[in-house]
Amino acid sequence: MQQLFNFFIKNKTFVLFLLLFSYALSLTIQSHEYHRSKFINSSNQITGSVYGTFHGITQYFNLKQENQLLLEENSILKMMVFSHEDLDPFDSLLEFKYDLHPSLVYKNSYALPNNYLTLNKGRNDSIKEDFGVITSKGIVGIIDATSKNYSRVLSILNTNSRINVKLKKTNYFGILSWDGKSPEITQLKDVQDLVKLSIGDTIVTSGYSSTFPSNIPVGSIDSYRLNDTEDLYIIDVKLFNDMRNLEHVYIIENTDLNELRALNLSDE
Amino acid sequence: MNNNVLITVLSFIGLILLQVIICSNINFLGDLNPYVYVIFILLYPVTNNRLVFIFLSFLLGLSIDIFLDSGGIHAAACVAIAYIRPLFLKFSFGAAYDYQAIKFSNTDFIQRLIYFLMLIIIHHFILFSLVLFDENKIALIIEQALYSSIFTLIICLLLSSLFSKKEA
Repeated sequence: MQQLFNFFIKNKTFVLFLLLFSYALSLTIQSHEYHRSKFINSSNQITGSVYGTFHGITQYFNLKQENQLLLEENSILKMMVFSHEDLDPFDSLLEFKYDLHPSLVYKNSYALPNNYLTLNKGRNDSIKEDFGVITSKGIVGIIDATSKNYSRVLSILNTNSRINVKLKKTNYFGILSWDGKSPEITQLKDVQDLVKLSIGDTIVTSGYSSTFPSNIPVGSIDSYRLNDTEDLYIIDVKLFNDMRNLEHVYIIENTDLNELRALNLSDE
Repeated sequence: MNNNVLITVLSFIGLILLQVIICSNINFLGDLNPYVYVIFILLYPVTNNRLVFIFLSFLLGLSIDIFLDSGGIHAAACVAIAYIRPLFLKFSFGAAYDYQAIKFSNTDFIQRLIYFLMLIIIHHFILFSLVLFDENKIALIIEQALYSSIFTLIICLLLSSLFSKKEA
């Protein structure tokens, strides 16, 4: 026993190094698995407020572009309202299936294989995990960790991200994932080879999951090829969103979620 | 002594902020970022108390990881170079290290360059191995580590000459 202690005292530097290094490694390995990196994440008070402070400065840099985007979105919505004169969007009796919470992106990354965003809404704004995040142009990701005032989004530019999407024209569905290379291109897998594809076809969300409503735009087909066993397509999807430049996003809350969950539970 | 502690604490916090607010958002040529916070480990005073030094390096890396949502990659890389630093101090500065009398601001530029370069390359290599985490992408790991190293090296050299107090 004495010798063991002596050994530790003699090599205390190495022991400390080994301890800290293996702890860091275990954190790394955890972060490569979906829904495991809960402990080390940027949606806590300190990091959130630091990002928030500096966001106050940097948000002016692309104000012009953001205004343009919001204006475009507004005009589309106005057009939709004008062409449905019988529908009054401010009618308080109207029940909406989805609640949208506008939010700001405090931190965004796209250069790593596993990217996350930090948003300025959290549990206090009734944001929960598994809510979807979109912009006016397309989808961004899914909330995967929340704190009181901040939340973290698992970006679609994350090799762990899996999102159910479909081809708008033919309704065939597949899984959208990312290979970690270009921040403009994601991969759609599991589409059968008998489906007719053409370059430029629109991909939208399928609505099979409770996270996203159906028919939210995702991207268009950039190129496609067959996989190794030649029965499924691998489709490169060019995203409508510019993931490198995100500022205003919407968090989608499915107000039927509890009902849906209860239904699924009673099925089992 | 107190002055040194203050400088260490201030540079610790300052470098974290510099890294997460500015340096991680440069994305030069698509995805190149300098990791300037390593300068804290490079220029930490040469002391006998290596335990504190290694632990501080770990904390530095972990803070960066929390900000950047990157698991534990920065912490691992930081701890590794903090542990092997004496080896490279000896290699680069030779006799001066044996007497524990290195003042980084008084060292020869070439010696400092070699010392920086070696530790930064090791740090970045560990970093990108853990980022990509795939033995099939070894070429990509080396490529990215090398390019980022050059970027980091240039900025570290600039920073170190900017903040060095020349003692005549």
